[in-house]
Amino acid sequence: MANKLIELKGITKSFGDKTILDEMDLFMNENRFLTLLGPSGCGKTTTLRIIGGFEMPDSGKVLFEGRDITNTPPNGRPFNTVFQKYALFTHMNIEENIAFGLKIKNKPKSYIKDKVKYALKLVNLDGFEKRMPDSLSGGQQQRIAIARAIVNEPRVLLLDEPLGALDLKLRQDMQYELIRLKNELGITFIYVTHDQEEALTMSDTIVVMNKGYIQQIGTPEDIYNEPQNAFVADFIGDSNIINGIMLEDKLVEILGTKFQCVDEGFGNNTPVDVVVRPEDIVLTKPGKGIIDGRVVSAIFKGVHYEMEVKACGFEWLVHSTVLVEPGTEAGMWIDPFNIQIMNKPESEDEEIFIEE
Amino acid sequence: MKKLGSMLLAGPYIIWMVLFTIIPLCLILYNAFTNTDGNFTLDNITAITDYVNAKPLFLSLSMSLVVTLTCFLLSFPLALVLSKYSKNKNSIIVMVFILPMWMNFMLRTLAWRLILLNNGFLNKGLGILGFDPVYLMNTKAAVILGTAYDYFPFMLLPIYNALVKIDKDVINAAKDLGATSFVILKRIMLPLSLPGIISGITMVFVPSMSEFVIADMLGGNKVYLIGNVIEQAFNSGYADVHLGSGLSLSLMVLIIISMVIYKLFDKGEGGHGIW
Repeated sequence: MANKLIELKGITKSFGDKTILDEMDLFMNENRFLTLLGPSGCGKTTTLRIIGGFEMPDSGKVLFEGRDITNTPPNGRPFNTVFQKYALFTHMNIEENIAFGLKIKNKPKSYIKDKVKYALKLVNLDGFEKRMPDSLSGGQQQRIAIARAIVNEPRVLLLDEPLGALDLKLRQDMQYELIRLKNELGITFIYVTHDQEEALTMSDTIVVMNKGYIQQIGTPEDIYNEPQNAFVADFIGDSNIINGIMLEDKLVEILGTKFQCVDEGFGNNTPVDVVVRPEDIVLTKPGKGIIDGRVVSAIFKGVHYEMEVKACGFEWLVHSTVLVEPGTEAGMWIDPFNIQIMNKPESEDEEIFIEE
Repeated sequence: MKKLGSMLLAGPYIIWMVLFTIIPLCLILYNAFTNTDGNFTLDNITAITDYVNAKPLFLSLSMSLVVTLTCFLLSFPLALVLSKYSKNKNSIIVMVFILPMWMNFMLRTLAWRLILLNNGFLNKGLGILGFDPVYLMNTKAAVILGTAYDYFPFMLLPIYNALVKIDKDVINAAKDLGATSFVILKRIMLPLSLPGIISGITMVFVPSMSEFVIADMLGGNKVYLIGNVIEQAFNSGYADVHLGSGLSLSLMVLIIISMVIYKLFDKGEGGHGIW
């Protein structure tokens, strides 16, 4: 494993009597795109602000390359932040905005000029030096905010929901832009978002958070395919989460029907949560699948149809490119590999997905 | 038709404005350019350059500048502190500073009289503490004090409003880029609150230029401002409505010119001043 660049140790933070983060441990490696993902109020932004130095943890330590920086102010950390609503200096033109940090560090004029030009090129806004922030679109303003941060050559770029205020198309374009930027700069990005698609698209590592606890850390593939608990499964993409009983290794009972699966080591007759992604359910002729049901509704979604199939007293969400008319009987078949078994949550704090 | 209907809503005020603003302004304009015989003359306009009138004018100008500066120096740091409090708390705190405005300003000025009189509260207090009395009554300092006290909220409110509107993350961004508190104040807070500062300066400077009641009450007849000159011209035993109108017009034009010059300096900042 590569060197730990930033390490959080036992970070606890409360506002009033509300605990935002509870004894959080987390580390980040060099040159990674790490995303803190979770619903609002999960503590992801607070985590970022603690890393940036804008909030002090009540207890715990922030380490950078093994050095304790918990009490170092923002300007003493080799990080720069891109804020949610751009936070540009509206009374300065673009050049002055980008040059702000460099001027404070008393860099020579020619150096600043080159750097501003380079940064503008990097975010595809050459020639915008003399424009005022107000005259730019939201997407352009966000690029300027990124340029303003990266001219200072930070080791880590912190991004707090930077695409939140942009419309869908622009957001998708900016996602690719950010991946390109990260690869060109070769620095670590720590990105905060509540948008799971954004997280899956851009990240090397995703940290799923809820109510101040880390739910799962992993690659986008891990998080999507192997959610460790019902919260993660529900938050990332659509899923069917059903109560089940693990009868023995590789055999689970769901709604009274036995299903083959590939999971082992849960013990015998253990209550578990079972996750099946809607696209992993294959609709067949009645009797040809594992269980039979009746299609209740079907909505056209563009790439696929989203259908609800009532079977064994549960409404299964099914995605398929082939439409089965509502009211029709259908069989459902699931590949054992696509049945994901998860332990039931041990504490109250982990089981929150219903509240959303 | 709809337009006419909504115009009608403004009717009562338009009548009010015509009766009490437009017509009086026309009368002043007419009187300023005529003499008692009703003939055209420029004497009333040029009267402002006479020594007897120019001297109070300069006194008014210099005292207004001092008053404005005093209000600004008191308001800006206070507004900075107030803007840091959370929204709920600060509305109460701000109200405390606005509270004096709920009282008639004559009463407030009268209260200052009682404090500043030679045997007033101030000197009684100083006496108890064993200090020599200070004789502030009927001095320029007393008039400046009273005027600054009266107009202070007009400076505080717009600056405060401008400061609370600054996004906290803009300050954080400046910090993140390495700015010290002083740099943040100079490069971020001051420029971004400039529209508020301009409003404040305008709302304090302009009315204190024509101030005369406070000068009467706290300055005795020792502090003679252009406002007093105009008041005398209209009100004294040997009233000259034409001279008074001429001086008023000159003062008005002067204020407008100074505001225009001020605006020119402030180009590019939007200038949301109220005047």
